[in-house]
Amino acid sequence: MIPINYYIILSAILFTIGVTGVLVRRNALIIFMSIELMLNAANLAIVAFSSVLQSFSGQIFVFFVIAVAAAEVAVGLALIVEIFKSKRSIDVDQMSGLKG
Amino acid sequence: MHLSESVNTGFLFLAPWLVFAPVVGLLFNIIFGGRLSEKGIGIAASLASGAAFIVSVLLAYSVSAAHGEAMRWRLAEWIHVGTLNLDWTFRVDSLSTTMMLVVSGVGTLIHIYAIGYMHEDVRFKNDVGRFRRFFVFLNLFIAAMMILVSADNYLMLFVGWEGVGLCSFLLIGFWYEMDTLARPSWANSDAAKKAFVANRVGDFGFLIAGFIMFFAFGSFQFDAVFAKVHEVSHGVIIAITLFMLVGVAGKSAQIPLYVWLPDAMAGPTPVSALIHAATMVTAGVYLITRSAPLYSSVHDAQNIVAMVGAITALFAATIAVGQYDIKKVLAYSTISQLGFMVAAVGMGAYVAGMFHLVTHAFFKALLFLSAGSVILGLERGHHHVEHAHAHHEAKSKKFGKKKEERHASHDSHTSIGHEEVFDPGDMRNMGGLRKTMPVTFWLYMIGTLALAGIFPFAGFWSKDEILLDASLHNQTVYWLLTIAAFFTAFYMGRQIWMVFFGESRHEAAAHAEESPKIITVPLIVLAVLSVIGGALNLPFEGFHNLGHWLEHTVGEVEALGLDLGVAGISTGLALLAILFSWLIYGRNPLKANQPDPLKRPLGFLFTGMENKWFVDEIYQAIIITPFAKLSQFLADVIDWRFLHDWFHETVIAGTYNWVSNIGLNEYADQKGIDALANGLGVWTQSLSATMRKVQNGFVRSYALSVLLGVVLIVGYLILK
Repeated sequence: MIPINYYIILSAILFTIGVTGVLVRRNALIIFMSIELMLNAANLAIVAFSSVLQSFSGQIFVFFVIAVAAAEVAVGLALIVEIFKSKRSIDVDQMSGLKG
Repeated sequence: MHLSESVNTGFLFLAPWLVFAPVVGLLFNIIFGGRLSEKGIGIAASLASGAAFIVSVLLAYSVSAAHGEAMRWRLAEWIHVGTLNLDWTFRVDSLSTTMMLVVSGVGTLIHIYAIGYMHEDVRFKNDVGRFRRFFVFLNLFIAAMMILVSADNYLMLFVGWEGVGLCSFLLIGFWYEMDTLARPSWANSDAAKKAFVANRVGDFGFLIAGFIMFFAFGSFQFDAVFAKVHEVSHGVIIAITLFMLVGVAGKSAQIPLYVWLPDAMAGPTPVSALIHAATMVTAGVYLITRSAPLYSSVHDAQNIVAMVGAITALFAATIAVGQYDIKKVLAYSTISQLGFMVAAVGMGAYVAGMFHLVTHAFFKALLFLSAGSVILGLERGHHHVEHAHAHHEAKSKKFGKKKEERHASHDSHTSIGHEEVFDPGDMRNMGGLRKTMPVTFWLYMIGTLALAGIFPFAGFWSKDEILLDASLHNQTVYWLLTIAAFFTAFYMGRQIWMVFFGESRHEAAAHAEESPKIITVPLIVLAVLSVIGGALNLPFEGFHNLGHWLEHTVGEVEALGLDLGVAGISTGLALLAILFSWLIYGRNPLKANQPDPLKRPLGFLFTGMENKWFVDEIYQAIIITPFAKLSQFLADVIDWRFLHDWFHETVIAGTYNWVSNIGLNEYADQKGIDALANGLGVWTQSLSATMRKVQNGFVRSYALSVLLGVVLIVGYLILK
C-alpha cells in the first residue's frame, strides 16, 4: 500500500504546477488545462483521503467535481472560441477590457 | 342738566336722523348723482340738509315741551373696554338743539345758494363734473357737524370734530389743482394742508385734554365728568381746560393757530360761508360752552381764554383793515368775531357767546354769500368783457392796467399770453357795484350793519351783550373788544365804499351782472334773520329768550339789561368808524391803480396790516424753517448717516457679515462642514485611484491575487 503522503505530495505538486501554469502562461487554452490540472490535483487528494478513511463520500464528491469541470470546460471553451472570433487571439493579456 | 327718562320724549326718536339724513343724501348723490342733472343733485343734497333741519326743529320743540330737560337717545354701543364705556348717544338739550338749528338751518340755505353758485363756478373753472362732489362733501360736513353737536361724550364730539376738519380740508382743496385765480398751481391744496396741519396741532391739545380727563374723571361722558368737577383737584382741571383751549384755538381760529383760516378762503365761497364762518369754526365756542362746568370752576383758565379771545379779536380786526381781497377781509373779520365769542364764553358769559355765535352765523354767512355773489357778478362781467374783446381787440389796450400794487399773495402774478389774469375777488377791481348789483348791495349793507353792530340789527344786540359782560368782568377784555368793534365797523365801511361806491376800477366791475334768484333768495332769508336775529335775546325784562332756553344746559346766567353807556360807546365808535371810512374811502373814491389812501398816513403800520403783521413769515422763520431744518437733520444725519450708514450698515450688517463670513462661512462651513464633505470625496477619490491600479486587466494578476488570498486565509487557518 502506497502511503498517503505520496498522494498528497503528488497532488500538491500537480496543484502547484497548475497554479504556476495559470499564473505564467498567457494562452487561454493552457490556462484552462492548468485549471483542470488543479482540479484533478484536488480530486486526487480527495480520492486518496476517501480510500484512507474508507468513505465513499469523497469519491462521490470527486464525481461531482469531474461533472462540473466538464460543464465548465464546455462553457469555457465556448467563451474562448467566441473571444478568438472577435479578437483573433486567445492571449489573456490582451483581454484587458475591464482595466480600471 | 338732568337726564330724565320719565318725561315725554316727544320726537327724540328722530335724533339719529340728524346724522343719517345728510348721510343718505350724500350716498344718494354718490350712487345716483351721475344720472341726475345739476338741479337734481342740488335738490337731493338740500333736501337731505333740510330734513336735518326739520329734525332739529322737532327736537327743539321736544326739548321745550320737556321744559328744557336734557334728553339722550342711545343709538348703538360703541367702545366698551375696561372701565371705558362709551355709546353712540345723541344728546338733545337746549344747547345742542341751538347748534343743530344753526348748522342745519344756515347749512340748508347755503346748500340752496350753492346750487346757483357752483353751477357757475364749475363752468368758470371748466370742470362741470365736480358739481356733484361738492354736494357730497357738503352733506358729509352737515353729518359730521351733527355728530359733533349731538355728542354725549367728549370722544364722540371728537369724532365729529375730526370729521368737520376732514370736510374742511376736502372743501378748501376742492379746486386742488389750481390757485384762487384758476391758474395751475398747488396753492389751494397747500391752503388745505395748512388748515389740516394747524387743526392737528389743536387736536393734539384736545386729545391731551381728553387723556387727562379720562385719567382724572374716569369717563368722557359729559354728565359724569361735570358731576365730579369738585372732586378733582384744581390743577388738573386747569390743565384740561387749557389743553382744550389749544383745541379751540385750532378749530375756532384763535391766536396762535388762526393762520389757516384766511388761507381757507381758497375753498368755494359757500364753503367759506358755511364751514369757515357760520358753523365749523364755532365748534370751539360750542366746546367751551359745553364744558361750562369745567371752565366755570377755574377762573385762571377762564381769564386766559378771555384774553386769548380778546387779543385775537383786536389783532385780526387790524389785519382786516389792510386786506384787499373781499373774502380775506371777511376771513379776518370771522377770526375777530370768533375772538369775541371765545372772550365771551371765557368770561363765563355763555349765553352772550352763544347768542353772538347764532347772530354771527346769520350775518357772516350773509356777508360771505353776498361776497360770493359779488365775485360771480365780476366773473360774469369779465366774461362779458372778454367776449366783447374778441370783436374789438384794439379796445383791450385801454384796460391793460392793474399790474402794480398787488396783494402780497398775488405777487407771482403772471400773464397768460397777452391777457392779464383777472382777480374777481380783489376789491381794487371793484367799485360802483351799487348800480350793477343792487340786490347784492342791499344784502351786503344789511350784513355789514349787523356785523358793525349798528342798532337794531342782530349784531348790535349780541355784541353789546358781550361788551356789557366784559365791562362787568374784565376791563382789559372790554377795552380790547371795544377797540376791535371800532376796527370792525371801519374795515366793513372801507369794504362797502370800495366795493359798491365810487366808479368801477375795472371794466369787469362796470359790466358786472346781478345774480339769479337761486342765489339771492337764500341771501334774503339770511338778511331777514340778520335784521331780526337780535330778538332771540333782547336785553329787556322778559325777552331773555335764549338765556332762559340755554339756562337749562349751561346753568343760571345773569340776565343783563341794556347798559346805555356800553351800548352808546360801542354804537358811537361804530358810527365814528363808518364816518372815518367814508372820509377816507367814501368821499374820494379809490381810483384805479391808486394806492390805499391809508398807506401814506399810517406808513409801516399799514404795511403790517397789509402783510398780516408778517405772522406767516414769522411762523415760517421760527417754526416751519427750523422744523424743516430739523427734519432735514433727522433725515440726513440721524436717519441716513447715523442709523442707516453707521448703525445699520456698519454695526448690524457689518457684524452680521463678519459673523457669517468669518465665523460661520470660513470656520464652521468651509473648514468644518465643507472640509468634512470634501475630505470624504478626496479620500474616496485617492482610495479609488489607488485601488484602480489593482484592476489592471491582466487575468493572471487577478489569479495571483486569488492565490495570495488563499495562501493568506489558509495560512491563517493553519497557523492560528
